[in-house]
Amino acid sequence: MSVKLTASALAIAAVAATSAAARDQVQVAGSSTVLPYASIVAEAFGENFDFPTPVVESGGSSAGLKRFCEGVGENTIDVANASRKIKDKEIKKCAENGVTDIIEVRIGYDGIVFASDLNGNNFEFTPTDWFLALSDKVMVDGKMVENTAKTWADVNPNFPAQDIQAFIPGTKHGTREVFEDKVILAGCEATGAFEHILAHAEGDTAKKKKKAAEKACISLRTDGRSVDIDGDYTETLARIESNKDGIGVFGLAFYENNTDKLQVATMSGIVPSTESISTGEYPVSRPLFFYVKKAHIGVIPGLKEYAEFFIADEIAGPDGPLSEYGLVADPELSDTQNAVADEAILGSNM
Amino acid sequence: MTDTSHSSAVPTSSLYAHDARTKKRNAAEARFKAYGMVAIAIGLIMLVTLMVTIFGKGLGAFQQTFITMNVELLESKLDKSGTRDLEKIKKVSTFGYAPIIKGAFQTTVDAEGIETALKTKDMAKLLSKSAASQLRDFVIENPDKIGTTVEFRFLANSRVDGYLKGRVTRDSIANDKNITSAQLDFVDQLRAAGVLFKTFNIDFIIGADASDQRPEAAGIGVAMMGSLFMMLVVLALALPIGVAASMYLEEFAPQNIWTDIIEVNISNLAAVPSIVFGILGLAVFINYMHLPQSAPLVGGLVLTLMTLPTIIISTRASLKSVPPSIRDAALGVGASKMQSVFHHVLPLAAPGILTGTIIGLAQALGETAPLLLIGMIGFIASNAPTSIGEGLLSPNSAMPAQIYEWAKRADPAFYERAWGGIIILLLFLVTMNTIAVILRRRFERRW
Repeated sequence: MSVKLTASALAIAAVAATSAAARDQVQVAGSSTVLPYASIVAEAFGENFDFPTPVVESGGSSAGLKRFCEGVGENTIDVANASRKIKDKEIKKCAENGVTDIIEVRIGYDGIVFASDLNGNNFEFTPTDWFLALSDKVMVDGKMVENTAKTWADVNPNFPAQDIQAFIPGTKHGTREVFEDKVILAGCEATGAFEHILAHAEGDTAKKKKKAAEKACISLRTDGRSVDIDGDYTETLARIESNKDGIGVFGLAFYENNTDKLQVATMSGIVPSTESISTGEYPVSRPLFFYVKKAHIGVIPGLKEYAEFFIADEIAGPDGPLSEYGLVADPELSDTQNAVADEAILGSNM
Repeated sequence: MTDTSHSSAVPTSSLYAHDARTKKRNAAEARFKAYGMVAIAIGLIMLVTLMVTIFGKGLGAFQQTFITMNVELLESKLDKSGTRDLEKIKKVSTFGYAPIIKGAFQTTVDAEGIETALKTKDMAKLLSKSAASQLRDFVIENPDKIGTTVEFRFLANSRVDGYLKGRVTRDSIANDKNITSAQLDFVDQLRAAGVLFKTFNIDFIIGADASDQRPEAAGIGVAMMGSLFMMLVVLALALPIGVAASMYLEEFAPQNIWTDIIEVNISNLAAVPSIVFGILGLAVFINYMHLPQSAPLVGGLVLTLMTLPTIIISTRASLKSVPPSIRDAALGVGASKMQSVFHHVLPLAAPGILTGTIIGLAQALGETAPLLLIGMIGFIASNAPTSIGEGLLSPNSAMPAQIYEWAKRADPAFYERAWGGIIILLLFLVTMNTIAVILRRRFERRW
């Protein structure tokens, strides 16, 4: 008994002694899309510098930015990874908590691909097909009616009569926003449904009307044809493996690591690849970012070095390990490098 | 029944002949036995399936493919100044080491007389990305070896490893841009020459986590340390608090409405889902008390809350099982209440308390859900702690959290490691439960 008490007393003493010491490793959290890239960089950073390997947590872009905006100090994270740009609302929230100087770093581009079982049918999609397949209401003879499409052949006569079953990222993922924006909304506009909805939209200003119409466009059917996946791409893959008719939304890097199970569909006639994404030909792509707290530079050892190392040519360049893993290198990488070297904060160059 | 009292009434039926009702009852009993056996058989089949799946998928993780080669540590590349100044040697990054490894690979292939149309660049792709850092670490540790030739055993990349384990086949790589059929031919040649081989990989058990690009280098060792430190915290806090609480409740506290309420609440607490403790830990320990994120200390505190009810309930049960005559005898010869508890009741209850504690710890060891919320998931377990303070406070993961993390990652090679991690975790749990059973068998006294 007394031995145990001494042990716990010792443990508490050890904690008290060391908690005074400053945190010496960079802490990162955020987007699960950026996580693999950040962990590759963190590992290489730990190997090549005398600083300890940074800690990278996931949890999603919004969760990461929320923690980033909690305040300044050792108990808050230094870097937030995001698969989308920081929102004005988040910048405001940050400022309220004293996080004012934020450095935005764009690391490159990521493609979103549509893939299905390797031995199933091959698809050549357009945004219109996806809108017609998944939207809750479609336009028939100038009227918006419930979507009743059952097979892909109902959507586009060129497609085989395969049941519509889509596995799309859940709403907490940054990928969902891109999917809605660049696929469903684009399809909505292409079919003319957008104009129709806009004409009947409620709202007092043109801006409000447009917003309402966009919202109506991206509302998806809820009869089980479209399934939200809140987990990771591994879950989407497992769903497709158990339901061979399923078509899933993946990141390019994930697809490229699982080519023995998946085949990729083209979008508007373009095969997704790092090349077609970097030229902008493949339509469904988005920039990836990380955000650095300027106030932590000089306080947390290695923070600036980590940020600079992340976007160095040998890491994020076209021949670096990130691009090998599936990141599409940013053609304007040198601008970003200069901005980080100068510690240019958000809003200073706009 | 004895023969001495002779019954005058002649029995109408024999007790040995079965009438209809007896037959029915016997049939019901036979059916019930059959149901029981079927239930056990189903359980056993499930267990066997589980074990076969786990071991079938996970054993591969303990073996890894290696490539050996002689590497000439060129002074011109690694230490241009020739001063062996460590600071200058450190300036050469892992990217600077890559060409040296490429050169060494080509030299090895030439020396073995292997003929191939592959370019050096495509050969080097068969090696793990960890090779350069392995070489750099060696040079920084042994700067005096610069200029000499040293034999190295590098990891092969996960696709090559998958090929040797049968996960990657020539059919499956048709669309894979990471490896080509020509490279697999080359792998066969290397294997025939004995340069490339599959062997036991200790680094899986003692190593650190690795990034998504090099699953072959990932190990569970650092996460194991994280689990160990968490268990230390749980043991140091939950055991004394739990035993003190249950001793007071069982031996000293008056029986009234307050102790009844406390008792009911402890039982309820044992049934609270573990994720709730995770949220509590995030709110109290991290947001309010400002303890560091991802630290095993916080994980240990959260798991302590979770384990406490288990320990209290089992301790109270074993205190209760000590007969009152022991207490009465102690009090009768003049011992105080406290003396009777500490000198007589507690030692007799100790085996039961220990068993309960070990089972509580085993439960805490396998717990993942609360760890999700306090930041122990991600690319975290990459620095091995060097002191107790660091072990408690610097970010780390835990075994179940590491397994979860691996199962999420894109490269299928991580999946194998997740199963391998499960084997290690199971071994720990089985060991702990065995110790609990042995303790109980050996020291438990029946009254």
